[in-house]
Amino acid sequence: MKKIIVMVKQVPDTANVTGDSMKEDGTVNRAALPAIFNPEDLNALEMALEIKGLTGAEVTIITMGPPKAVDILKHSLYMGADKVYLISDRKFAGSDTLATSYVLSEAIRYLGKFDLYLAGRQAIDGDTAQVGPQVAEKLGLNIVSYVRNLVEIKNENIVVEKDSDVLTEVISAWVPLLMTITSDANEPRYPNSINMLKYFRSELESNISDKDKIRYKKNGWAIPVLTFDDLGLDPDKCGLNGSPTKVHKIKSIVLKGGDLTLFENNEGGVMGLVKEIVKDYSGKN
Amino acid sequence: MKIAIFIEKNPVTGKLRDVTAELSAKASSLVEPFGGEVVGMFAGDELPVNSDDLFSSGLNRLVSFSEKRLMDSHTIAIKNIIEKMILSEDPDIVLFGATSLGREIAPLISSSLKAGLTADCTHLYIDDFKDKGKILYQVRPAFGGNILATIISPDSRPVMSTVREGVMKVPESMNKNEIKSEDFEMILQDNWFINDFLKILPKEKKVHFNRSDIIVAGGAGVGTRENFKLLSDLADMLGAELGGSRAAVDSGYIDKSRQIGQTGAVVRPKLYIAFGISGSIQHRAGMDESSKIIAVNSDPKAPIFHISHFGIVEDMKTIIPVMMRYLKEDLNG
Repeated sequence: MKKIIVMVKQVPDTANVTGDSMKEDGTVNRAALPAIFNPEDLNALEMALEIKGLTGAEVTIITMGPPKAVDILKHSLYMGADKVYLISDRKFAGSDTLATSYVLSEAIRYLGKFDLYLAGRQAIDGDTAQVGPQVAEKLGLNIVSYVRNLVEIKNENIVVEKDSDVLTEVISAWVPLLMTITSDANEPRYPNSINMLKYFRSELESNISDKDKIRYKKNGWAIPVLTFDDLGLDPDKCGLNGSPTKVHKIKSIVLKGGDLTLFENNEGGVMGLVKEIVKDYSGKN
Repeated sequence: MKIAIFIEKNPVTGKLRDVTAELSAKASSLVEPFGGEVVGMFAGDELPVNSDDLFSSGLNRLVSFSEKRLMDSHTIAIKNIIEKMILSEDPDIVLFGATSLGREIAPLISSSLKAGLTADCTHLYIDDFKDKGKILYQVRPAFGGNILATIISPDSRPVMSTVREGVMKVPESMNKNEIKSEDFEMILQDNWFINDFLKILPKEKKVHFNRSDIIVAGGAGVGTRENFKLLSDLADMLGAELGGSRAAVDSGYIDKSRQIGQTGAVVRPKLYIAFGISGSIQHRAGMDESSKIIAVNSDPKAPIFHISHFGIVEDMKTIIPVMMRYLKEDLNG
């Protein structure tokens, strides 16, 4: 196992919607949600780093997104990734999963051949779980989805547990291979303080002034940005043009309200609550 | 109009997965006003034992390919067979269950056919769109369930969707269609079977929330495993089933098989009692159709109160012991 590539994504933290991010009308204020490292992508990165520990493989991270996605690339460096790339261009805006998988697969082709290709099972903003398999198909790779445990790794062979909704399968697969990783697979490590000292100055190459460029590159602080032109992409396959699915309509979920009876938080209140419970108690089950 | 549906077998029971009949019934209702047919596509070691039942839930024709090697879920092989069936049938729409297998096969096929694919649809309907005539409108929760998005793929043929299990209803009585089954012919290639299946482990038993009138559930606000034990005691007292939000599962308070919400079970009990659950949209998607919802949470702004019928703003640790005392009196008296 020499080279591993991990696809990661920065997402709004849709999983922790608290009272503070609710609007008056009962809908969620999406802008108030912080941008985070997609949770299962952290599990994919952790697995890559575990394999690096076992085999000495080099770990490369790519993400497609706006410039602020540099945050998760820096986080990847802090955790122990070797190389990181941002895939970014205005022409990618509006990409659905098919267009995204096209851009990612072309970026991977541009970076060379890898033994293992990893991604989180799904991102919490769309929950589609489509981009991983679509990249595998475009690169003609073998695929094992929903990996929840790395059992063994020996040269070109890897044994994993695949978690499906009815079974768990223990599968032996050969590289080159793409795997999507679930949250059960591991506990992602914390950023390492030595790496943080080493990389905290890291900056997107495009943001570094000419006079600093040589110094930043020498220290490994320059994060390369790959654009539409760099990758020589087909405009008909990216962004809205390359996306067969279109969003026709969006409706914010409004919480129905108004019929809540709030009891006082004293003994009398609890008694009232208990009366409501007992009404439904059937004594069976 | 022609709709093809992916027929899936439960490898443990050898029977059809529930979602298959749901797809069939939905496809049949979509096709009905326009005339056309619903075609089932199956690839596996052998047909599900009850596959003929599909003809009673709207299926018109079944195309299948059976070979022993497909006993294990060889993703690439199944993808190639189903893809070839789609190319040969040329349907307008292809529906898959949003199962583990469906969510793996569908994106592989959509990528190679460059077809639009919409995941986890909760509602499908057909309507006019500009000069495209009748097209499929696909409604799905997105952004963690905070929005409902209607997705269309007006230029795609076929239009592909995965559909969540348990969302589409199968009508009680449907006309029984004539049984029409045909074998699909194709030659399999050895390099589609590169992965070895060393062992198959059964999954932990599913929790049957739907058999319980009352569900007692806890979230991150419960705070500790010991506090969760209090919930479990209360559930025992009420003969209720115990559940948890994803946060409770992630914190290790409760097993994943008891997770309620978008990525867990969808429940509709008569009474749902939520302790320390803030009520993220993911969680609400799994329980907001409960007949009566009672919430106990120390955060008065917790979204759970928006959908609850009764509530108390207080820490569950304080409430439960008092609750159990009164309950004991009420249940015994």
